[in-house]
Amino acid sequence: MSLISLIDVHSLASGLFPGSRQHLTLDLAGPGCLGLTGPSGSGKTLLLRAIADLDPSGGTVKIDGQDRTSFTGHAWRRRVGYLPAESSWWSDRVGDHFITDNVYGLGQLGFTDDVLDWSVTRLSSGERQRLALSRLLSCAPDVLLLDEPTASLDPARTANVEELIADYGQARQAPVIWVSHDAAQLKQVAQRTILLNGSGHARELS
Amino acid sequence: MNMITLSALDLGLAATLVLVVALISWRMHLGNTSQILLAAVRTTLQLLLIGLVLKALFAATSPIWIALMSLVMLLAAGREVMSRQKRRFSGSWGYSLGTSSMFISSFGITVLALLLVVEPQPWYQPRYAIPLLGMLLGNTMNGIALALDNLTHNAWERRSAIEGRLTLGMTWSEAITDLRRDSIRVGMIPIINAMAIAGLVSLPGMMTGQILAGSPPVEAVKYQILIMFLIAAGTGFGTISAVLMGCRRLFDERERLRLDRLR
Repeated sequence: MSLISLIDVHSLASGLFPGSRQHLTLDLAGPGCLGLTGPSGSGKTLLLRAIADLDPSGGTVKIDGQDRTSFTGHAWRRRVGYLPAESSWWSDRVGDHFITDNVYGLGQLGFTDDVLDWSVTRLSSGERQRLALSRLLSCAPDVLLLDEPTASLDPARTANVEELIADYGQARQAPVIWVSHDAAQLKQVAQRTILLNGSGHARELS
Repeated sequence: MNMITLSALDLGLAATLVLVVALISWRMHLGNTSQILLAAVRTTLQLLLIGLVLKALFAATSPIWIALMSLVMLLAAGREVMSRQKRRFSGSWGYSLGTSSMFISSFGITVLALLLVVEPQPWYQPRYAIPLLGMLLGNTMNGIALALDNLTHNAWERRSAIEGRLTLGMTWSEAITDLRRDSIRVGMIPIINAMAIAGLVSLPGMMTGQILAGSPPVEAVKYQILIMFLIAAGTGFGTISAVLMGCRRLFDERERLRLDRLR
């Protein structure tokens, strides 16, 4: 099944950067990857949180032409999957964090199914990051908002993750917004890249 | 009734003991000497004052004065609940959350007990109504304060875990399930412990008082059992309603975790 998702982020930035004159407008027709980069504190994470509706924000966000206010909060976040830079774990067992029956991409990320019985405390930061991605993709979101998804991974694992995300985007026809400090990585994974500076100014990198 | 009345000298003797403790605290630089003395003075003044108030109230049996007295007790308990929380809800919520829960549980249970169980004539007779309400308020206050403090403190500490669940598309209620359970449990711990050890480790204060005043022990025990049950019910209802309302308040209509509603 292929699903075309369109996401407009219009003037979200007005709530995030008081005093900013510029309205940020993003149009994403899936599948495809939009890179988002900029110095620390430029609001990349805030922007993703605003799209996922985790913080109150101005502007409108639509998916397939439907405004997010026509969804309940949890239904919206079920469709718009946000991967925070730092994953959080609330149960002892890894598997308890997978809230759906299907489990996505464990093998491709270098795990076997018995990882689900592991204790969270024995996970390395890289394992946490990869499992958080698998946990999110298992919920089958229609849009991916990824905040530094490969920050604590070695080059081989980074390649795994990049490939998994690209596969997912293709298979689900899902647009991806990828936040990274690494301009070289964005050049590789994203078709377009937007640079945010601290004052809410955004410009597209060619 | 063969009650021995206490003279001022008797109380003075007991006060001397507190002074000795204060003196030791001063010599040991514990830093709480003034707190001990101030608390002792407060307890003396407050209790003397309430004694006079009760004396007047008992003589009058006027529903208006009784209602007024109950209201003062409720508002004082509400303030206490609020001040015991490190991160309470900001604005009027900080006060009304605990106060409304105590109102529902303590007032409800007291009226129920007066009408159906104790049945004094008239039912609002202050000799029964005021002490009963006082005991219920005091205990539900403890439970609610503990539960709300646990809820707000841990919502703050574990915000990333709660938001982590939200990002997976869980509802606000699912995202805070374990915290809600923990907080209600914490609020009920004191009364469960009190019921479990009553009579073994400690003789409950009300029963002791009745026995000192000359009541037959078995009569005093029956009253104490009644009070324990009423307190357990009041604490249970009060804690549950406060935590449920508090959880709802932590999220907005878009099911976002709104820690900015705490101060």
